[in-house]
Amino acid sequence: MLTYTLRRLLMSIPTLLFIAFVIFMLLELAPGDPMANMPLSIPPEVRQQMREALGLGEPWYVRFPLWLNQFFIVEPQYWIDNAFGTNFADGAQRIISFQSRSPVFDVIAQRLPQTLWVVAMSYVVGVLIALPIGIISAYRQYSVFDQAGTFISMIGFSVPPFFSGVLLIVIFSVQLRWLPSIYDTTHVVNDWDSFVFQLRQMIMPVMVLALQTTAQVSRYMRASMLDNLGMDYVRTARAKGMSESVVVMKHVLRNSMIPVVTVIALGVPSIFGGAIITEQIFKVNGLGQLLIIALQGSDIPMVMTITFLLAVLIVMMNLIADVLYGILDPRIRYD
Amino acid sequence: MPDGALPVLDVRGLKTIFQTRAGDVHAVNDVSFALKPGELLGVVGESGSGKSVTMMSLLGLLPSPPAQVERGSVTFDGKNLLQVDPETLRQVRGGKIGFVFQDPMTSLNPVFNVGNQIMEPLRKHMGLNKRQAAVRAKELLELVGIPDAAQRLKDYPHQFSGGMRQRVMIAIALACDPKVLIADEPTTALDVTIQAQILDLMKDLRSKLGMAVIWITHDLGVIAGIADRVIVMYGGQVVEHAPVKELFKNPQHPYTRALLKTIPTIHGERAARLTIIEGQPPIMMDAPSACPFRDRCDVAFDRCQQENPPRYDLGNGHDAACFFDARTGGPRDA
Repeated sequence: MLTYTLRRLLMSIPTLLFIAFVIFMLLELAPGDPMANMPLSIPPEVRQQMREALGLGEPWYVRFPLWLNQFFIVEPQYWIDNAFGTNFADGAQRIISFQSRSPVFDVIAQRLPQTLWVVAMSYVVGVLIALPIGIISAYRQYSVFDQAGTFISMIGFSVPPFFSGVLLIVIFSVQLRWLPSIYDTTHVVNDWDSFVFQLRQMIMPVMVLALQTTAQVSRYMRASMLDNLGMDYVRTARAKGMSESVVVMKHVLRNSMIPVVTVIALGVPSIFGGAIITEQIFKVNGLGQLLIIALQGSDIPMVMTITFLLAVLIVMMNLIADVLYGILDPRIRYD
Repeated sequence: MPDGALPVLDVRGLKTIFQTRAGDVHAVNDVSFALKPGELLGVVGESGSGKSVTMMSLLGLLPSPPAQVERGSVTFDGKNLLQVDPETLRQVRGGKIGFVFQDPMTSLNPVFNVGNQIMEPLRKHMGLNKRQAAVRAKELLELVGIPDAAQRLKDYPHQFSGGMRQRVMIAIALACDPKVLIADEPTTALDVTIQAQILDLMKDLRSKLGMAVIWITHDLGVIAGIADRVIVMYGGQVVEHAPVKELFKNPQHPYTRALLKTIPTIHGERAARLTIIEGQPPIMMDAPSACPFRDRCDVAFDRCQQENPPRYDLGNGHDAACFFDARTGGPRDA
């Protein structure tokens, strides 16, 4: 298992390099000018000089290796320097945003907590709600609980977050005035009241994203449980005199989790993608919003870096899914 | 087999139905039998005759809904298993009554190792701790003839062959020294040489451990070799019941006779064509009001269409549910 994981990690390096190249070339070929937002009063020669100062005069085969060098060597050096007070980086050029002129990773570090609070939390909440719903729905198939679960899942599947988000804002912020419609990222949690405020501003975005997750995961969980509840080994477990909770929560659940784990792990990157929209609606200035602004401003280093980080997340989640698969199912342990 | 001993398991008037969209299916109709200590009772009948459903009804192993045990009593250890609370029933299942199922390929949980699955009932019913259970599990694997037992406990079901998995299933069923072992076609899914091994193993274990066994099969050849008594089932009913020698020598029900004719023979110059019983077994959509075998029977007459024959006692522990008396060659009176 460990050798398998290491081998997969090594194999993901060429994959990621290729993805980085594709993203870079897509951005290179896309129309858009980082100077487009500059005042019109700047003369064309100066504009051209500014472009060259940003390195845009160089061809792709010079700039791409430079980005790779910055991403994989210079940035980690700065991390290490920051953490241990060493001086590996020695003032080397970091990846700089065209728009803000600050290092891309510093901006990402500022934005990441908001995204994690809202997006990651919503995913955890969604999965934690979905698993019991799926289990109970399958165990009590066609019961009122199951029917209600099916109905809510259908809503979660069919109503996109940009609609449910706005709907929630209209109901709970505009009409009822219970919850804030804008997520205040400057808010600091330091006592009970501020914690309650943080909860109140998180509820709507978290619930909107969690609804989607819950809908998907609970359906998979239910289907997988139903597949397994009819299996012969379940009858064997009952014939051994095991209690229903052992039969369901040990024997059936372990088998049913195998496909669901894949769905959950592979859903992590897509939930970050979905966050781009949710963050816009609830004015959360997280990574999704950062990416949108960077795209609009042709901020190539920022877009490149965030997109590549998402690609890393996708590749890693695939790996994690495969490893968990092997841990849960002894038939496909890899060595 | 000590005659006259109190039965360990006494089933009376058992009736099980399945509630389906098309109506109730009467899968088990008024089945009664008794199992004496240490004997091996064979249950034969073709697919859908209600053999397995009867045995699963005894221990509440049928999914409900759709299955529902409507009537009857199952006396075991002085208690009616159809009326005890779920926890008492669970104590019996796997503790005092062991179950071996037909398909060893799917009857073990693929994601837990074999040791874990054998130790589960040991820890629940015998209250053993982990180490004691592991010791006992190793003994059990040795008992059912799995070599290198200590090592094999850590293996998963997919690392065992079909015959070895059935041995594991038997080890699980025997784990808590059951008084009764119910084996539901335990050799059907195995190839012939492995069948023979499992049969030998079961005979051997029975003489070592002395439990009573109910052996469900559709293979009369298997029954002839191991059973003390046999009940023949058709359409969810017991149609004939006799000691094994008596049944083969002197079958009284036309269905039993037809079944015995279907056994291929190796004698004669040229093997005869295989005999078949024409027609399909019935799907019992109504409570039986006539003999379920009437449409396939070669001696059926008017009365068979109007009444369901009771089990006529023929002496020597032999009874048959048929209005036609094979001994006189005419209808039975009364």
